[in-house]
Amino acid sequence: MAQILQPGTAAPDFALPVTPDQKLSLRELRGRPVILVFYPADWSPVCGDELGVFNEILPEFGKYNAELVGISVDGAWCHDAFAKDRHLHFPLLCDFEPKGAVAKKYGAYREADGFCERALFLIDAQGVIRWSYCSPVAVNPGADGVLAALESLGKK
Amino acid sequence: MLKVPVTSDDHIQGDEKAPVVLVEYGDYECPHCGHAYPIVKSVQKHFGKRLAFVFRNFPLSQMHPNAEPAAETAEFADAHQRFWQMHDGIFQNQENLGMELFVELAEELKLSAADLQTALKGREYEPRVKNDFLGGVRSGVNGTPTFFINGHRHDGPFEFEDLVAAIEGRMG
Repeated sequence: MAQILQPGTAAPDFALPVTPDQKLSLRELRGRPVILVFYPADWSPVCGDELGVFNEILPEFGKYNAELVGISVDGAWCHDAFAKDRHLHFPLLCDFEPKGAVAKKYGAYREADGFCERALFLIDAQGVIRWSYCSPVAVNPGADGVLAALESLGKK
Repeated sequence: MLKVPVTSDDHIQGDEKAPVVLVEYGDYECPHCGHAYPIVKSVQKHFGKRLAFVFRNFPLSQMHPNAEPAAETAEFADAHQRFWQMHDGIFQNQENLGMELFVELAEELKLSAADLQTALKGREYEPRVKNDFLGGVRSGVNGTPTFFINGHRHDGPFEFEDLVAAIEGRMG
C-alpha cells in the first residue's frame, strides 16, 4: 500500500476536469472543509458501495459546510454517465491526463494497477490535511472516520 | 465496530444475550441484501438458540427509490407487532416492490391498508429509519448488506459458509 500524505501536510493544489469542459481546483474550495475521496474506478460492480454511502450522507457533511469530491483516473464522459446512473450529487474529478498525477502527489496511486487507492483526506478551510486514511482496496471504507474527523475539526 | 448497542428497541429474533448477535444493516431494494436474505435464514437455523439476529435499516434511497418506503412499511408493521412477517414478505417479493405490494402485504397481515398509506404519506416512520441509518454510518457501514458479528464488522463475502466461519471465529 502506498504511503499517503499525513495530517499536518499542506494539501497539494490541483485543477482537474469535473465535466468535459470545466475544471475544478482545490484552491476554489478554500474556506470550507473538503473531503477528498480517491477511489479505484467508476462502475465498481458492488451496489451500495463507498460512493453510494457517501452520497446518501451528503446532508451530514453539509452540517459541517464540507465539500465532498471524488477522484479517479476515469475520464469526464465516464464520470458523467456514472454519476447520472448512480444519482451522485457531488463532483467527480478526472485524474486522467497525465494519468494519476494528483493521486501520486497524495501518495494514493497504485502504480502496479494504474488506478487510485481507496484513500480519504479531510482538508481544513486553510488547505491543510487534518485526517487521512487508506483502506485495503477490496474494502470500502465507511464514512465513520471522516465524520469523526469533521466533528473534531469543529471543536478545535 | 458497532457504535449503537443492540437493545430491546431493535428488531431482534432470538435472545439479545445469546452468545452470538448478528446485526445486518440492509436495504430492501438492494439485490445483494435479497441474496443474503435466505442465507441469513440458514445461518439462524444452523446456530439455533446460540444466535440472535437483528435487522437495521440502511436504505440507499438515491439508488433505490423503493428502499425507503419499504423500510417504512416494515416499521409500520412493527407498530402492530408484525415486523418480521412484513420483512419476510418484502424480501420474498423484492422484484415487485412498490405501493401495490406494500398494500397487499399489509392486507395479508390483517393490517389497515389505509393506515399504511397515511403513515407512508406522513413519513411517520422516517425518523426511525433515519436513526438506524445514521447509527450505521457511525459504525462504519460501507455498503449493503453490512453485517456485524458481536459488534465487529464482517468484511468480505457473505455466503453461508463465510458467515458460519466468521461467526464460529467470534464464538471462541
